[in-house]
Amino acid sequence: MTFNWMAWTTPTATFFIVIFCMLVGMTIWEIKCPGGAPRQSILHFETTRGDRLFVSLLGSAYIHIIWLALFASLSLWWAFAIACVYALCVFRWV
Amino acid sequence: MIEKQINQKAWFMVLPVFLLVAFSAIIPLMTVVNYSVQDTFGNNQFFWVGMDWFRELIHSERFHDAFLRQIMFSGIILSIEIPLGIVIALAMPKEGWGVPVCLISMALPLLIPWNVVGTIWQIFGRVDIGLLGHSLAALGIDYNYTQEPIAAWLTIIAMDVWHWTSLVVLLSYAGLCSIPDAYYQAAKIDGASRLSVFRYIQLPKMQRVLLIAVLLRFMDSFMIYTEPFVITGGGPGNSTTFMSIDLVKMAIGQFDLGPAAAMSLIYFLVILLLCWIFYTIMSNVGEESSNGGV
Repeated sequence: MTFNWMAWTTPTATFFIVIFCMLVGMTIWEIKCPGGAPRQSILHFETTRGDRLFVSLLGSAYIHIIWLALFASLSLWWAFAIACVYALCVFRWV
Repeated sequence: MIEKQINQKAWFMVLPVFLLVAFSAIIPLMTVVNYSVQDTFGNNQFFWVGMDWFRELIHSERFHDAFLRQIMFSGIILSIEIPLGIVIALAMPKEGWGVPVCLISMALPLLIPWNVVGTIWQIFGRVDIGLLGHSLAALGIDYNYTQEPIAAWLTIIAMDVWHWTSLVVLLSYAGLCSIPDAYYQAAKIDGASRLSVFRYIQLPKMQRVLLIAVLLRFMDSFMIYTEPFVITGGGPGNSTTFMSIDLVKMAIGQFDLGPAAAMSLIYFLVILLLCWIFYTIMSNVGEESSNGGV
């Protein structure tokens, strides 16, 4: 069985491997400290760490799209750096 | 004291669903991500283009227009169907022979397949043979959904309201039926008005089902394809070319797999964000009101 039809490229494969590793990491974290660490976020609703990961990933996707829309000529790595800082903030405060 | 048994067998029960979702959703989505950064001329040969399709799409007027039309359509649909569904559910009888009659007549539009609904309204609205189109023409109203954008929009909105308001009605009715009589008796003793009963008893109790109704109607209207495709085919001009119609034109009509994949991903992200916002707001409003001791 080959996966040629899926038209894999190294960057997209890396992207999915990183997402998969994140999910594995979150599972290990959940096994070590069960319950999802719920807390009241600064947005006035309760979040667990799964919610925080979801918000981080979704927000990061939007940060990249907005970067493409506003600064199409600049490197996308800047957007990646902003997304990393954003994800850290989400895990710290949201 | 009984110790809590930890049993991981349930994971195996989830496995079939996981495999099914992997084959029907996750693997196709991964393929779309792969396509979105490449270009192809067929023959399974792909060329790396990076983020070019996304850049092109974000700055394309065609995409902006389709997106705005889609948002406008979903907004109009939700603002009509949700209040109308609640009003009809409130007016429906709670006991007697009227209940099955109302429920069945409400369920009927839901049983009709999308393309049939499209065909029904396509014929219904025609000026030459359709009842609606012919009657409006006889009244002197200039109505032709194949030539005027406003008439086309009105036809599609009327069709969607006819097809899907029943879903909101049935969900709201189920919510209303689950309210115990004691609440109404207490309201009666307190001398509450009809409006107060609705505001403080019925609406909070319907919140959960309304959340489901809003989510279902939003998702369904945001990805609407078949009905407008059958009725107007996206026309007149591009006036009813919603995102899904544009996407199919791009992917299958023009065989531009790369741009279509990029558009699919942005479409997916928009739906994901809006659903998350709806869900978070509505589930938190529900919790606050239940904490408030209503």
